Amino acid sequence: MPQSIGQIIKLDGVERHFGAVRALDGVDFKVDAGECVGLVGHNGAGKSTLMHILAGTGTPDRGSLAVGGAAQTGYSVGRARQLGIRCVFQELSLCPNLTVAENARVSHRSIEGWGWRKRAAALIGDKLDEIFPGHGIDPNDIVSDLPIGKRQMVEVARAFTVTTDPLKLVILDEPTSSLDAHASAQLLAYVEKARQAGISTILISHLLGEILSSASRIVVMRDGKVVASDVAGGFDRTRLVATMGGAEGHRADRTKTEARALGHAPVKVKARPEGQREGHELVAREGEIIGLAGLAGHGQTRLLLDVFRASTGKRPDAEVTDKVALVAGDRQTDGIFPLWSIAENITVRSLARLRRGLLIAPDMTRQFALDWQKRIGIRTPDIDNNILSLSGGNQQKALFARALGSDARIILMDDPMRGVDIGTKLEVYDLVRREAEAGRTFLWYTTETEELDNCDRVYVFRNGRIVAVLDRHEVSEEKVIQSSFAEGVA
Amino acid sequence: MKTLLSKPWIWSFLGALVVFLATIAFTRGVGTGGILTAALSLAVFTVIVGTGQMFVITLGPGNVDLSLPANIGLASAVAMKVMDGNDAMIAVGLLAALGSGLAVGVANYLLIRLLRIPPIIATLSSSFIILSIDISYGRGLQIKPPPGYADFTNIQIVGIPILAFVTVAFSVGAAIVLSRLVYGRSVLAIGQNIRAAWLAGVPVERVRFLTYALCGALGGITGALLAGYFRGASVDIGNEYLLSSIAVVVIGGTSVAGGKANVPGIWGAALFLVLLLTMLNTFGVSPGLRLVLTGLIIVGVITAAGGQKALR
Amino acid sequence: MSLGSAQAVGARPINWARLMRALLPALSLGIVVVAIASLNQRAISYLGFTLMLNLAIPIALATLAQMFVITINELDLSIGPFVGFVGCVTATWLHDSPLLGITVLIAAIGVYVALGALIHLRNLPSIVVTLGMSFVWQGLAILILPTPGGKAPEWLLALMGFKPPFIPMPIVAAIVIALVVHFGLMRTSYGAVLRGAGGNGQAIGRAGWSLLRTKMVMFGLTGLFGVLSGLALIGTTTSGDANIGNGYTLLSIAGVILGGGEFVGGRVSPVGAVIGALTMAMAASPLLTFMHVPPDWQVAANGAILIIVLAARVLISRKEANA
Repeated sequence: MPQSIGQIIKLDGVERHFGAVRALDGVDFKVDAGECVGLVGHNGAGKSTLMHILAGTGTPDRGSLAVGGAAQTGYSVGRARQLGIRCVFQELSLCPNLTVAENARVSHRSIEGWGWRKRAAALIGDKLDEIFPGHGIDPNDIVSDLPIGKRQMVEVARAFTVTTDPLKLVILDEPTSSLDAHASAQLLAYVEKARQAGISTILISHLLGEILSSASRIVVMRDGKVVASDVAGGFDRTRLVATMGGAEGHRADRTKTEARALGHAPVKVKARPEGQREGHELVAREGEIIGLAGLAGHGQTRLLLDVFRASTGKRPDAEVTDKVALVAGDRQTDGIFPLWSIAENITVRSLARLRRGLLIAPDMTRQFALDWQKRIGIRTPDIDNNILSLSGGNQQKALFARALGSDARIILMDDPMRGVDIGTKLEVYDLVRREAEAGRTFLWYTTETEELDNCDRVYVFRNGRIVAVLDRHEVSEEKVIQSSFAEGVA
Repeated sequence: MKTLLSKPWIWSFLGALVVFLATIAFTRGVGTGGILTAALSLAVFTVIVGTGQMFVITLGPGNVDLSLPANIGLASAVAMKVMDGNDAMIAVGLLAALGSGLAVGVANYLLIRLLRIPPIIATLSSSFIILSIDISYGRGLQIKPPPGYADFTNIQIVGIPILAFVTVAFSVGAAIVLSRLVYGRSVLAIGQNIRAAWLAGVPVERVRFLTYALCGALGGITGALLAGYFRGASVDIGNEYLLSSIAVVVIGGTSVAGGKANVPGIWGAALFLVLLLTMLNTFGVSPGLRLVLTGLIIVGVITAAGGQKALR
Repeated sequence: MSLGSAQAVGARPINWARLMRALLPALSLGIVVVAIASLNQRAISYLGFTLMLNLAIPIALATLAQMFVITINELDLSIGPFVGFVGCVTATWLHDSPLLGITVLIAAIGVYVALGALIHLRNLPSIVVTLGMSFVWQGLAILILPTPGGKAPEWLLALMGFKPPFIPMPIVAAIVIALVVHFGLMRTSYGAVLRGAGGNGQAIGRAGWSLLRTKMVMFGLTGLFGVLSGLALIGTTTSGDANIGNGYTLLSIAGVILGGGEFVGGRVSPVGAVIGALTMAMAASPLLTFMHVPPDWQVAANGAILIIVLAARVLISRKEANA
């Protein structure tokens, strides 16, 4: 390695809070030239927050940041770009209405004047050829016409293009999440090539195999802290999983909830992913907890929404026999009513039952909210405070209270434990199991494998299809990841 | 006092008071009672349309009914034609106007839902069709309202128009609908986050349908009342309610980003706007300048009040 | 975004629905021309087009003005009264004391730039702000010209009355205007940034561009084209009237939508917008007159045309989604 000396970026004691949640709790982190740093950790461990701070889209509440040895004040996206630091965000940051070439121009100020379109097209086209030979993307294609995988290729390639600003570090946040195995391999090979040329990368991925094979150093995060940092050779899968942690707490009591004989209980939900005509069909019986697993965004949420729609009207792909409620995982976009109090947020699903005559009865709604506050342990001085005064975990409990307090017998959970602390999680797991024993049916999409231990049966999704069904004794991280990739591995 | 000042609607009432005081200072108190009576009489109409518009705007960004002026104009003609100067037909005429407004609201909703076009464009294009219907239907319409009806819309008790009493009762009803009916809560939920509302089991499309229908119906009623008050229907009788219905909602403390509505504020804002016009008239301001000032005040109030971050 | 978007994976053959959609503006213009030709042969001539399209240039300019704000997901409900205001300034001050007139018109564009900044900084709904401004422009127009009258400057009359060989002036002008704006917005490097701001503002911000500046530029362009529209209008009608532009708000929005633009997402087409404006201009009066639509119903016909085109688009995009 010719350029092993030289530090690109260094964080010291960085903290970041969101309300009551400590997303980053005193993080020290650095990247040297010619490194590929693998960054792993469960959801909510603080990886994304860390990445936003490195990219200049988030600012730390405390701590310092140095680039190339020089301490930075007023660090921003623009500054990061000038210093050669780029980021490929997980949510796509292309303009869908522009062509691929125009999107390349948008991130390069120097491409202007006569012939800019040709230059922009050549810049992005060459880089695509270099990283993803045989990609089949024309620089004049409009981005919204491209399938998601190709968009991700464009975004990755764009991050590696160079005009006037230097290029020292590219942060890749789940860059292979929408790529097939072939393109993923191309990308990882390129990352290694770039590393040898002195361009460092930070690789964030849920696929531990990817990290173990590609990273030169691995950093593990947990609960807002860096808990381990070592050369990649120092890790194997077992040590990595153990260091990421989070599961020990209740793995022990798994034996307590032995398999229940529910084979004869009435069927509550039958569903197939849209467009999947043959193969596995999801079936949920009364009192069952059904897990939906696989990589994020592979059709689990879509299936839940189909089931939800089926509760209000006929759907071709899903059938339900009872009332349905949904616990949102993306609280801000799918769950919370930000102008309302905690009580109003809890009661909204049940207002029709809290009336006298036509009018909603304030005493009944209040009692209802207080009951559920107690049952589910929402920590707040006053149930009439605004919902946003709660920490993320407690907001999530309010959403659970909304669903569990309703008259629904089928509860859909859309990865609801994102960014929730372990204490809350354990409380909710208990609650879910108790409710299931009382006869409610749960469909539980989760990206955290240890949560699947609570499930009676697990359906693994890949590219919008169910590719495997695992019984409770078969469920393990290994098995789920293996099934997630069973199809399409080159 | 502090809790009073923290109410979002208090500012519109304060504004109305300031404008009122400025007016009577200028006239040295002459005709104060008359000014108040006239202001209340006119404010009533703005309050009714404004309340309809408030429900629509509370549904969230992009929701607005621009067809109100045409709707009001058509309903005024329908009411006059059905009543046909006959006291016995008053109730039927009012029902007909209500039905005409309701039909407009339903048509608006269907355009929005079936063509999936933004409500602004849907209601704007429908307003042009309604306008044509009105021009053609009301051509040469010179029917006076039945005497009993015209009197009713102009009756006063100790200087307060009877319509004002009725409208206060209506506002109380609207406030109850908003806070104590499942429908009202659903409107507020949709306005804050339409997706979250859907996922929380709110029947989003039914609520939107009801809201546009309600707004249309209220426009219809207003048309009938205006025709009584001004003793005749006309095509442009509702023109000023395009801006003023939106303005009273915004000035009255309802969030243009949706999800937060305020009924009392509509009264304050309606009185403020009417008294503002009275003041400008009293000061002898020309029609052009009056328009300019009204426009600037509305932009100013929105700038001051509308600074909250829209949710999406 | 938490909603998994439905994306068809695989190679992309020619997308007929998309092609249809792109051709829809030209197609609707063609239908209108054919309809007119079948109703009145003589209309299809140099003189006929000059007469039928005499108001097409101001409408096209107002439509482009509207298109600029629509590109960045805003809407200008004051463009009609603004065109009227510009018309009144043109027929009075610009005629009598050109320096004052020019200053006022430049200041008016400045107001638009300031509105863009205000709307961005305070995060205001442009519909309400521009609705308020529509009263301001209308009031100013009445103050300047209380009764219809005034006179267009000579140079403007000469410009608008110019008769090029073979092709009628309005068509030449429409082509020139469409090409200029197409080049500026679709072919320049900053044009890509401006459109990108409508498509994904956050991404443009992350790439280091000022969103405030894009809003100010786009509102400024709306002001500029509003001014051009008012000038062209007075050059055609020769005198001013405070209410002369009032119908332009709907016409301009309709033109943009007819031309294939979308309200959100930065998807607009200047060439389409001009074609849309020509369609509206011809459908608005000549066609309806030839079809003997009574004057009462002409307004409704405009609304109906808009609804029909929107309905056609919904049908086509449904096909596109299923394709």
